[in-house]
Amino acid sequence: MTGALNELTIAEARDRLRAGAVTSVELTEACLAAIEGAGALNAFVHHTPEQALEQARAADARIVGGEAPSMCGIPLGIKDLFCTEGVPSQAASNILKGFRPEYESTVTRQLFGAGAVMLGKLNMDEFAMGSSNETSCYGNAVNPWRRGNDATALTPGGSSGGSASAVAADLCLAATGTDTGGSIRQPAAFVGITGLKPTYGRVSRWGIIAFASSLDQAGPMAKSVRDCAIMLGAMAGHDPMDSTSADLPVPDFEAALTGDIRGKVIGIPKEYRMEGMPEEVEALWAEGRAMLADAGAKIVDISLPHTKYALPAYYVIAPAEASSNLARYDGVRYGHRATLAQGDGITEMYEKTRAEGFGAEVQRRVMIGTYVLSAGFYDAYYNRARRVRALIKRDFDEAFAAGVDAILTPATPSAAFGLGEMADADPVQMYLNDVFTVTVNLAGLPGIAVPAGRDREGLPLGLQLIGRPWEEADLLNTAYALEGAAGFVSKPGKWW
Amino acid sequence: MSIDIETARRVAHLARIRVEEGDLPALASEFNAILGFIEQLNEVDVDGVEPMTSVTPMRLKRRDDEVTAGGTPEKILSNAPDAREGFFAVPKVVE
Repeated sequence: MTGALNELTIAEARDRLRAGAVTSVELTEACLAAIEGAGALNAFVHHTPEQALEQARAADARIVGGEAPSMCGIPLGIKDLFCTEGVPSQAASNILKGFRPEYESTVTRQLFGAGAVMLGKLNMDEFAMGSSNETSCYGNAVNPWRRGNDATALTPGGSSGGSASAVAADLCLAATGTDTGGSIRQPAAFVGITGLKPTYGRVSRWGIIAFASSLDQAGPMAKSVRDCAIMLGAMAGHDPMDSTSADLPVPDFEAALTGDIRGKVIGIPKEYRMEGMPEEVEALWAEGRAMLADAGAKIVDISLPHTKYALPAYYVIAPAEASSNLARYDGVRYGHRATLAQGDGITEMYEKTRAEGFGAEVQRRVMIGTYVLSAGFYDAYYNRARRVRALIKRDFDEAFAAGVDAILTPATPSAAFGLGEMADADPVQMYLNDVFTVTVNLAGLPGIAVPAGRDREGLPLGLQLIGRPWEEADLLNTAYALEGAAGFVSKPGKWW
Repeated sequence: MSIDIETARRVAHLARIRVEEGDLPALASEFNAILGFIEQLNEVDVDGVEPMTSVTPMRLKRRDDEVTAGGTPEKILSNAPDAREGFFAVPKVVE
């Protein structure tokens, strides 16, 4: 195996660490140097090199001691949405400028407890609201991939755009992401990496800055299916601090990766064949179907009749929950407070603080949420959307009850688009990016994006597999088979 | 359902976000685009369907009613824009 240390997968690094062939300090230094040289990607927005090296030294001692878990000594990037003690955590929003949490999110606490190393905090869309990382207070994160020799800057997707860019450019071995409507899977597909959204409740939300609490779920973004399996094991588990976290045992996800999917039933939902879908996406989907069939799976056509209503339901439920969650940003307890004029009272303080602190997309969604929850509209919008959500979940329940083990769909309706290309489009055009992923959040299911091919301009394209609730192990194994058959090994050429 | 400028103003106030008078027409038009998209939900027959409250049916856990945290006022106040004498300070609230 050749290549720089920062290009390793988690599994490769773990094996070398355990064999004494490399130290965590060496891995960490290689990543820090790569980050140093990748300012143009704007992926890392807060750097924590000293903390990283300290964690790396501790990990090395632990590895020598011989009781190191798989994540021990692995350098990671952490999405800015996770509260990390003493380190800026501002959800890419000006309203949380200067905020340094006094506590650690459960996910990062578990990862650090397993010996993982934090290199810094990663760019994202403000409060995870966006599909292109263009709503960030830090400016755009940039996709390391380009269209052939065209130097146009492309989006790494969103909201976990910094995580996607950093992993694809080998600035870290893997990264944390969060996914409310597709924010792990869409960026993973746009940069040719693997991203898993676990079943709702598999990973604790405690200490993750809330967007839409009934949809948010954290997960791994990594260079392979195996790495996602390893990292999920360290992130998952019951947490009394999150009342929606499931009290279920965490299986050994990596041990489930046999690659044997003979006899598995894979559903192909006809409603995901969208009008205007690029031929390449359609072709890739057909190839994925053939790959799984060649591996011995049984392919069946299925129907998920309420698919069309997932995005409209999402754009009621998510803003409603956001308007309520983001009410806490009032300029009193943390973050930004506007400078007040003579005679301004508390209402002016709230209104000016929130107008200055929130960006345009966040303001828009908070106000939409306020509207759909307001007296007279609650039933017409919010309750109707929750009823439709129940129907969307029922569609999946029925497919699984009929024997389907996993569902194969495209991950995104297109490859990565240019930064700024959607600037003049109305907000709904941007929302369509999540058309294949958002159903999974509404139904609380696990979903994984696997890189499976490239478009004619050389950009990565991904396929999505959707699994039964709590069966991430089985889903990962199907993804592992797909990954092996697709053989996606391309890396972006280094221009940054 | 169409949102006029007056409704946009009212929603902005309910959300406690200051929107300049001149920005209200554009805001109203964005709301209308999004709500137009949401209107599709009216096509769905939801008779007899309960609104979803929890995606995974589970019983909320109970715990003993005892104090598990506290006694750290300096940590609570450490990020406050204005904290004085162990309190959060805000502009005058009561006339």
